[in-house]
Amino acid sequence: MPDPLLQIRNLATGFHTERGLVRAVDGVSFSIDKGQTVGLVGESGCGKSVTSMSIIDLLPKPAGEVLEGSIQFRGRELCGADEETLRSVRGNEIGVIFQEPMAALNPVQRIGKQIVEAIQLHDPVPTNEALRRAVDLLEQVGIPAPEQRVTEYPHQLSGGMRQRVMIAIALCCKPDLLIADEPTTALDVTVQAQILNLIEKMQSDSGMAVLLITHDLGVIAEQCDEVVVMYAGRVVERAPVHELFANPRHAYTKGLLGSIPRLDNERKSELPTIAGQVASIMDFVPGCRFCQRMGRDGSTTQTRPEFSEVEPDHWLEMCTECIS
Amino acid sequence: MPSDVSTPLLEVEDLKMHFPIRGGVLHRKIGAVKAVDGVSLTIGHGETFGLVGESGCGKSTLGKCLVRLLDPTAGTIRFKDTNITGMGQRRLRPFRQDFQMVFQDPAESLDGRMSVGELVAEPMVVQRIGSRASRTEKVAELLNRVGLPEAAAQKFPFEFSGGQRQRIGIARSLSVNPDLLVLDEPVSALDVSVQSQVINLMLELQRDFGLSYLFIAHDLAVVKHVSDRIAVMYLGKLVEVGPAEEIYQNPQHAYTKALIEAIPIPDPTLRRDRNPIEGDVPSPINPPEGCAFGHRVSHPKWQDSVGRDLRLVETAPGSGHWVQPCACCTDFA
Repeated sequence: MPDPLLQIRNLATGFHTERGLVRAVDGVSFSIDKGQTVGLVGESGCGKSVTSMSIIDLLPKPAGEVLEGSIQFRGRELCGADEETLRSVRGNEIGVIFQEPMAALNPVQRIGKQIVEAIQLHDPVPTNEALRRAVDLLEQVGIPAPEQRVTEYPHQLSGGMRQRVMIAIALCCKPDLLIADEPTTALDVTVQAQILNLIEKMQSDSGMAVLLITHDLGVIAEQCDEVVVMYAGRVVERAPVHELFANPRHAYTKGLLGSIPRLDNERKSELPTIAGQVASIMDFVPGCRFCQRMGRDGSTTQTRPEFSEVEPDHWLEMCTECIS
Repeated sequence: MPSDVSTPLLEVEDLKMHFPIRGGVLHRKIGAVKAVDGVSLTIGHGETFGLVGESGCGKSTLGKCLVRLLDPTAGTIRFKDTNITGMGQRRLRPFRQDFQMVFQDPAESLDGRMSVGELVAEPMVVQRIGSRASRTEKVAELLNRVGLPEAAAQKFPFEFSGGQRQRIGIARSLSVNPDLLVLDEPVSALDVSVQSQVINLMLELQRDFGLSYLFIAHDLAVVKHVSDRIAVMYLGKLVEVGPAEEIYQNPQHAYTKALIEAIPIPDPTLRRDRNPIEGDVPSPINPPEGCAFGHRVSHPKWQDSVGRDLRLVETAPGSGHWVQPCACCTDFA
């Protein structure tokens, strides 16, 4: 079995705040194989975005810091790597797209120039060559009249178009891994379908792997090979997609899957819910945080549960109260 | 006109909300944002009417027109059989007890400098209902009813989570015992597990208080779960209206079908090939003639729709299922 493309072991990332060090990611492990699509799913505050930003160290400085763990990409250790190594990996080998393209694109620079910049950062070709590639890329990502678009500014494009531009920039150096952080959350559902299709197409053209971060379980079901479920800074369950949906073992995963209104539900019926809400990060217990949410305060909240493989490829945080 | 059998609480006929675009040195009107462009619907007592559509379709604007936060450009709104369309703010005030609005973003829609108790009581104060003592009691009752502790009244919005703030917004809207709540994307900004709590609360309150809801959202699955009837809106117009189950099982308009197809299903065994429609969600600034959706997908029969009467027709007498009769999008031209 070939080594995974990306292997994360016991990753912990924290932020230095006025009230001390806050561990937003508290011991997370998973891997991504070549060409695979892994979904990282969880609700607000679970640490999924911080996990993905830790991989290529795009954390806000000086507050954000990777505290522990190992991030191996193609066998190289990225944790603690120098800025030069990281810079060459970012963009070239790992591409990133974010939720808000307007936040990632420079509003006062033409689209063409931004793509050219991204290309030349890793491949110092002459500008006219880079521009030709930029037009090509825009066409590949489905933007009509690309020779016209390269001269435009981000605000002249719609949300869906801007996301396509971001995808073009992320893919300009043919990375092996694309990190997509909530890429379609801000988009209308018909545009979302277009963008997800595009990511799939780019994947099958280039064989790249995708780490897809989202809170939308429908997107996970449609796009992903494997799913990592996060809660309160930790992974609670991890399994291939069919297995996770058919056979969820952790109470949180079950609760999450149960509470989605589906198109085939009985109308106006009471939806199963997860009671309570996630605790504030400052109040997290050392043990099982889902028990904390459920108001249980026995021994399970004091000792951190083991994270074990219960079936081939099916990993679970082994809290006796929360699993079945 | 789409309606149901019992006496409607709210009747809207051919409503339009056009915002002028002015330009040039003389600020002449050079165009219009046709946010709502001829919408007719009725909502019955105790009914949930779901309104679904993508950004820019005009659904939020429609909601605001119905509670008279905006003055419509044309058309009529009848509430409990009274024409409230052109009413001045003073005459409108007593009606404001009967319909209330709950807004999308709980972070933005509650005044951060007012305590929760003050926020929930404010509509009663405006309507001069009760005494300070009776209002305080009512606030406590409402907070309990929406699942918050009485002590919450002394706290401020920032001390609460998104889901809790949404509950506060709902408590506030209920303080004057309205008949109709217009909810504009009430759960879109919430996490899934919190969303289901708020949806359950809304269903419960409807049963207990006999409320009608106009539930505006872009998420068809959520809308279908809570609604009796659904309307699909596209670029200022309704393209299809009908019973919720019927719309989902038997969509007639190409746009409705596209919306349903685009929704990702949380079940990997039901993966299917996506055939997303091309193009972008349109802008309501100077929309195209005829059927806007036919225009978007460059349908060969779009031309036939230009100049035609595109008011909704019933698919079969008494079916309650209405659809825009354009050849490019339906079989009902």
